[in-house]
Amino acid sequence: MRKYTPKDNVQAKSYYTDRFWVAPRVPKTEVEKNSHFDKVVKAVDAKVKLQGAAVELGQLRIVIEAKDNIKVLTILRDSCGYKMCSELSAVDYLAKDGEFEIFYQMLNLDEAKRTRVVCRIKPGEAIESIVPLYKMANFAEREMFDMFGIPVNNHPHLKRLIMPDDWEGHPLLKTYPLQGDEFASWYEVDKIFGKAHRDIVGPENRNPALIDRYDSQRFSRVGYEVPFGAELNAENEKANPIEYSETLLVNYNAGTKDLKKRT
Amino acid sequence: MQVTNKLTPFFENLNFDRSDNTMVVNFGPQHPSAHGQMRLILELDGELIVKSDPNIGYLHRGIEKMAENMTYNEFLPTTDRLDYIASTSNNYAYALSVERLIGLEVPRRAQVIRTMLLEINRIISHLFFLATHALDVGAMSVFLYAFREREYAMDLMEDYCGARLTHSAVRIGGVPLDLPEGWLESLAIFIAKLPEEVKTYEDLLTENRIWKMRLDDIGVITPEEALSWGCTGIMARGSGIKYDIRKEEPYELYSELDFDIPISDRCDSYGRYVLHMEEMRQSAKILEQLIPMYAQTEPKLMAHSPQYISAPKEEIMTQNYALMQHFVLVTQGMRPPVGEVYAPTESPKGELGFYIKSEGTPYAYRLKCRAPSFFHAGYLQKLLVGTYLADAVTIIGNTNIVFGEIDR
Repeated sequence: MRKYTPKDNVQAKSYYTDRFWVAPRVPKTEVEKNSHFDKVVKAVDAKVKLQGAAVELGQLRIVIEAKDNIKVLTILRDSCGYKMCSELSAVDYLAKDGEFEIFYQMLNLDEAKRTRVVCRIKPGEAIESIVPLYKMANFAEREMFDMFGIPVNNHPHLKRLIMPDDWEGHPLLKTYPLQGDEFASWYEVDKIFGKAHRDIVGPENRNPALIDRYDSQRFSRVGYEVPFGAELNAENEKANPIEYSETLLVNYNAGTKDLKKRT
Repeated sequence: MQVTNKLTPFFENLNFDRSDNTMVVNFGPQHPSAHGQMRLILELDGELIVKSDPNIGYLHRGIEKMAENMTYNEFLPTTDRLDYIASTSNNYAYALSVERLIGLEVPRRAQVIRTMLLEINRIISHLFFLATHALDVGAMSVFLYAFREREYAMDLMEDYCGARLTHSAVRIGGVPLDLPEGWLESLAIFIAKLPEEVKTYEDLLTENRIWKMRLDDIGVITPEEALSWGCTGIMARGSGIKYDIRKEEPYELYSELDFDIPISDRCDSYGRYVLHMEEMRQSAKILEQLIPMYAQTEPKLMAHSPQYISAPKEEIMTQNYALMQHFVLVTQGMRPPVGEVYAPTESPKGELGFYIKSEGTPYAYRLKCRAPSFFHAGYLQKLLVGTYLADAVTIIGNTNIVFGEIDR
C-alpha cells in the first residue's frame, strides 16, 4: 500500500522520531506580583476577558480573543506605555486546530519590556486592522494578508505586498509546498511566452536541485560532451568518454597537469 | 477606466495629458538609488510628490518558507542573504533566538569574537551607507574613500571566515573558528586608523554647503511618527528616541562595554548622517575594549550541550557517544523545546529580531524575521509625501534600506 502523506501540512518533516520522544517545553512562569507585567495583565484584564497570561523567556505573552485586539492594543499603548509595535504576523495552525494564530509583538521603550499579544481566528474570518493605532501595521498586515490570506478589516490599502497582484495561493500556508504549486510553475511561462505556448515551453523548473543528465542545454557533460541542444536519451548516450576531451581533463591525483599530452 | 490589452497598454498619465493634472512616475524597479529592486509609484504635482506607493517583492525568495523546511543549522547560511551588507548581524540574530529557545550558555571567547564581528559588520554597513548615500547625493569622492576603508574591514572578515559578504561566521552555540594569528593586530591597526578616516569623511561632508542643502530639513520624522511607523535604530535615534537594544536589552558583552549611544534631535536626514558617523567611532571604541578581553578567555568556542550542539571534533573522533550524538544531530537536526521566542538585536539598520515558534521538531514551525528595513520601506509611503522628487533619492538613501531583508 502507498504510504499516507498528510495533505494539510506539506512542509518538511523529520524522517525519524523516536517512539518515546517527548519534546521538552520552554519554561513558562507565572506573572510576578507587582512587576511591570503584572500591571499590564491587570490593566488588560479589567477591560477584556483574558484567556491566558504567562512570562516566557522574559517576555509576557497574553492570549486574547481576536475581536478584542483593538481594545487590548489601545490599553497597552495608552496606559501601559507600549508605544511601539515591533512586529505582527500569523502562524498557520489550520492542520492542527483549524485556526490561525496572530501575534502582535509590542515594545515598551521606557521600561525596555516586551509583550506578545496572541489571538486566534478561524480561516475566512477577518481581523480588525490596527493601522489607526500603529502605522507600521500598514505593511505588516498587507504582508500577512499576502502570505496567509487573512483578510484585514478597515485596512487603508489591503492588497498583496510581496507576491504579484495576480498570484493565486498564499505561500506561507502549511498546505503550500516549498517548490510552489501548479499555478506557480506556469505563472512566468504565461507571462513571458503567453498561455498558448505552454505546450512548447513546458512548466518552469522550480526545483533548484534538479539535475537532468539528458538535458544538453543546461547541464555540462564533462568528458561526455555532445553538441548543444542535442537530443539525448538512455539509448543514444555514449557509454565511454569521448577521446578528444581526455587530453583536457586534469588528473588531480597526479599532482601536476600533464602538459605533454596536449601537443 | 481604461480598457487595457496588448495593443493598448495602460497609460498612466492619461489624466495628466488631458487636464494638466498630477503625473505618475515609476521610480524603479531598476533605479540606481533605490539600492535594490523597489518600484516606487510617485504621483507628482509639478516636482512635488503628492502620493507615493512603494512596491516591494522583487527580491522575494521565500526565506521564511525555507526556514520551515530546513533544520535549524541548515538555515543559518540562508540568513546571510537577508541584510547582505552586514551578514553576521543576521547570523547572530538568528543564532541568538535559537540559543534563547534552547537556553544555551555561549563560552566567553565565542562571545568576545561575536561582539567583535558584530561591530566590524556595523562599521562595514555604515561605511557602505555613507558611500552609497553620498554617491546618490552627488559626492563621488566620499564613495571612493569610504569603499577603500570598507575593503580593509572586509579583509578582516575574510581573514576570519573566508567570505567577504556571506559570512556565516556565527554558529548556533558559538563561533566555528578561533581568531587566526595576527588578526587582532590587524584589527588594532584598522580601528586606530578608522577615527582619522571618519574625520576625513566629515571634513568632506559635514560643513559642505551642497551636502547641507541636500540633507538639512529633508526627510523629517517626528518622534511620534517614528514610533508609530516602527522606525528603529538610527531612524528612531535621529528623532530623539533614546533606544538602543545594545544598551536597553543587552546581549553578548554589551553590558560590560563602555560606549555611548549618539542621539540627535534634528529629526532630519542630516542628523541621521551625523549619527552614522558617530556610531562608527563608538564601534571602534568597543572594538578597542574587546581586544584585551580576548586574551583573558579560555580557548573554548562552542557551547557544551550535547543534546543540541555537536561535541568538538577531537571528542567525536575519540568518544563513541559523542560520535553517535553528532550523527543524530547531522542527520536529523537538533530539536529545540516547544515554545516561542522573539530575540531582538541591534543590527546596523535597526531592530533585527527573529520570532521562532518551535513545536519540538527539527524544523521551525514558523520563523518570522523582523527586518528593520521592511518597516522603513513601508514608511516611505508617508515620508516622501510633500517632498520634491530630487529629495526622494536623498531620503531613500538616508533610510539605509536593504532589499534582501525587505523582501526576504
